[in-house]
Amino acid sequence: MLITRRADFSASHVCRVPGLSDEENQALYGAASNPHGHGHNYVIEVTLEGDPQPETGMVYDLKRLKEVIQQEVVEPMDHRFLNREVPPFDTVVPTTENLAIEVWRRIEPRVAGPRVRLHAVRVYETEDLYVDYFGGQP
Amino acid sequence: MIRVTRRYRFSASHRLNAAGLSAEENRALYGKCNNPHGHGHDYALEVSVRGPVDAASGRVADLAALDALVREQVLEPFDHHDLNAEVPAFAERVPTTENLAVEIQSRLSARWPEVFPGAGPALDAIRIQETKRNRFELHD
Repeated sequence: MLITRRADFSASHVCRVPGLSDEENQALYGAASNPHGHGHNYVIEVTLEGDPQPETGMVYDLKRLKEVIQQEVVEPMDHRFLNREVPPFDTVVPTTENLAIEVWRRIEPRVAGPRVRLHAVRVYETEDLYVDYFGGQP
Repeated sequence: MIRVTRRYRFSASHRLNAAGLSAEENRALYGKCNNPHGHGHDYALEVSVRGPVDAASGRVADLAALDALVREQVLEPFDHHDLNAEVPAFAERVPTTENLAVEIQSRLSARWPEVFPGAGPALDAIRIQETKRNRFELHD
């Protein structure tokens, strides 16, 4: 069974590859390469997979999942400039893809156990763009 | 595995009427969707592409290239058009959302190797919401 918890945070970012010129970054990322940055209302969905436990009737305690997401993602990222304030985005380009991988990296060790595994992380950058990461080789 | 999904919108009219059936059978089969004058929907189209993430850019696909492909193959020919009358594929085939998904997949696949050459991203899925109450999904 899959269970999903949703959370949101607002943050600014800029997509630029350090070795490239302004023109090359503009060609690669378009408006997202503006050096002053810009922001999004990110929405994340964390999906766990497991069987409901007979004693609790739950796959995982969703209150606990909410706390984990809060501690690992929302508190460090909400109302922050990702490139300047949230490692590894000082060196990793904070594309939606890399953000989904980073959310996975932060949450997976906190929730994985013998009875439950992290199934997917979905990050909506806007209503019209989202990324699903299922672990493994990205 | 990583998958990037982009959402697009277009509005189009259509009429569901199977050539092999009588008027009465078509009315029974398609109900209101068989209205001879047609009717329209605000379609929401999701196109999913899957990895790998390019190490330098941190992206699965060049979204500007994907947007241009979808605009050329789907939005321009379909948006504010009558699917039955103006899209050749639906001259014979009934423009159900199932058939619409198949047509969109085929249009995108035909141009895909040109737009995303080599080991670029793969077309993973097409999802169409015809109204808020129904959704159709076609996987690679």
